[in-house]
Amino acid sequence: MSDKSSSPLKIKAAKKMRDLMTTYYLEALDAARNHRQVAWITSGGPVEPLVAMDIIPVYPENHGAMIGSAKMGEDLCAKAEDMGYSGDLCAYARSDIACAVVKGGPIGGLPKPDMLICCNNICGTVLKWYEIQARYFQVPLFIFDTPVCHTGYTPEIAAYVQTQVHEYIAFLEQVTGKKMDPDKMNEVGRLSYQGQRLWQQVLNTTARKPSPMSAFDAFFFLALIVTLRGTQVAVDFYKELIDELEQRTRDGIGVVPDETFRLLWDNLPVWHQLKWLSDRFSAHKACLVADTYTSAWCSALKYIDENNFLDSMAEAYTRIYLNIGVDQMAEEVLKMIRFYDVDGLVMHSNRSCKPYSFGQMDIMQIVREKTGIPVLMIEADMVDPRSFSQSQVETRIDAFMEIVKHKAGRS
Amino acid sequence: MIFAGIDIGSNTAKAALIKDGTLMGTRVMLTGYHHLKAGTRVFGDVLVQAGLSRSDVSAIVSTGYGRASIDFADKAMTEILCHGAGAHFLNPDIRGVIDVGGQDSKAIALDDRGQVDNFAMNDKCAAGTGRFLEVMANALEVSLDRMGEVSLTADKPSKISSICTVFAESEVISMIARQEKRENIIAGIHAAAAARVGILAAKIRIQGPVMMTGGVAKNKGMKAALETQLNQPLIISPHCQETGAIGAAVLASRL
Ligand code: SF4
Repeated sequence: MSDKSSSPLKIKAAKKMRDLMTTYYLEALDAARNHRQVAWITSGGPVEPLVAMDIIPVYPENHGAMIGSAKMGEDLCAKAEDMGYSGDLCAYARSDIACAVVKGGPIGGLPKPDMLICCNNICGTVLKWYEIQARYFQVPLFIFDTPVCHTGYTPEIAAYVQTQVHEYIAFLEQVTGKKMDPDKMNEVGRLSYQGQRLWQQVLNTTARKPSPMSAFDAFFFLALIVTLRGTQVAVDFYKELIDELEQRTRDGIGVVPDETFRLLWDNLPVWHQLKWLSDRFSAHKACLVADTYTSAWCSALKYIDENNFLDSMAEAYTRIYLNIGVDQMAEEVLKMIRFYDVDGLVMHSNRSCKPYSFGQMDIMQIVREKTGIPVLMIEADMVDPRSFSQSQVETRIDAFMEIVKHKAGRS
Repeated sequence: MIFAGIDIGSNTAKAALIKDGTLMGTRVMLTGYHHLKAGTRVFGDVLVQAGLSRSDVSAIVSTGYGRASIDFADKAMTEILCHGAGAHFLNPDIRGVIDVGGQDSKAIALDDRGQVDNFAMNDKCAAGTGRFLEVMANALEVSLDRMGEVSLTADKPSKISSICTVFAESEVISMIARQEKRENIIAGIHAAAAARVGILAAKIRIQGPVMMTGGVAKNKGMKAALETQLNQPLIISPHCQETGAIGAAVLASRL
């Protein structure tokens, strides 16, 4: 159980990615000066029509992740609690609601929105959260309602969601006073599809041994497929990243030196503990090679028609990981366990995110029964450090790794 | 060959020595503020008691919250593994372990070779831990050691509904104000703590026979409450408090 973590070779594309994100945020913050409109949208929301209409999409959840990584979550969450919001509310919602008022956080708050687009394919929390922000900023709100597909995508669901695609376009045309250009929309749809396919390829590279990157890197590189989905920038960047990762594989470079154990992560990252967690696992020669979270941004690829994005979008946005039944989620987890050939599963029971954490006990049992691999559950919160105890989690990780080592028969 | 285990818990430090698969001796003392000092002393004491010197010991494993502070140990291992190994050493039939520690409670599932197969620990909250019982003992002005005995005379256990230690304490205080019988309140406290620990056992679907380890196992009221909760008898070793240290010594023999 040595504590020394030799520093792995850095992924060079990380710098470029940081620059791209800075440019993106600067452009968004400057939107009003450049007479461009800004829409706030949920992370799993249908962003392509916005891009096609030259509206800058901004993601409060991505901002929440930045707040968490910058360790600014505690103050902002506490501020929201002062304002009267419950401490049980999702920390993304709490920090965003507080940030809008105090203009805090790592970039001094998000640019003021001209409209809000809320898609409830990730959770129900976003509905109230976006209603609050619509009242606060006095801007129009569009709710894109995607019923949960417990068992499948029924014709009723299809018709219901498809109608909203048309309403959504009409809403955007009304708010911008412009008509949507169908050719532009097709082009953006094509780029979105390509971007998602490339993102899947990025994630697939970690099936190699040793893994050229870890889930911690994926958490970072994810930002582009979330924020710049549907743009050439994302497509170009991921191509470059894949080249670099493939080169690493050819050179036999793994992100965890002496990778001996491979693990799968479930749920959102604990943004404020990324480094600590990564070091903890590396000290055991364990690499978190994949996760269920970052793959959510390409998991619906099979439903997208590259040449008819607008019509296939309804299904793709409805059938995402968080909007399906627990049995289907477990099926996805089992697929990943096989594909990435992992020795254990680490589940983050996330105090903030109820829809993600709710079925975990069942998934844990299913995984244990079907694969026999050890499963660890750690309690934390993605943004609010008050729901996290380093020493407790450390003991759990150490004990879990002892079991993993024993079961895998390696050490 | 002789092997040693040192368990630095939040309240007490324990040491154990084993030789050729038999227990040579154990010691328990209060941890205090300084983990390394406590570890050094309890280890020194157990050696003296066995008439040995440090050079007689082939390997040492440390465990417990202060495990990393014991710089003279050959390896630090988690309490989970050590309690599992200790329980298996004390009784090879054991398949489940319940340990109620000072600030942590855990449920452990063992396979037929005594290897830890799965475990669950309490979350950040202190309810269902030794600390919870300690806070309540203070509120009721009963010594921790006597709680078990007192609770066995209860005729109608009080119902504690709060899951948070702080709220449960004020609930208990208002029961005292209502002049509920002390034994009934204590029985209620045990039932509340047992319910929390029961959740951990359910999480890993614990199988019998189950051994209860840790100092709290000496509390007869807590044992009875847990047996009701888990719906099965609990096996308690006279060495319940030193199980972690014994397991650490067992694991030291396998280094
Ligand atoms: S509750 Fe979960 S899905 Fe919803 S906004 Fe919060 S983190 Fe996202």
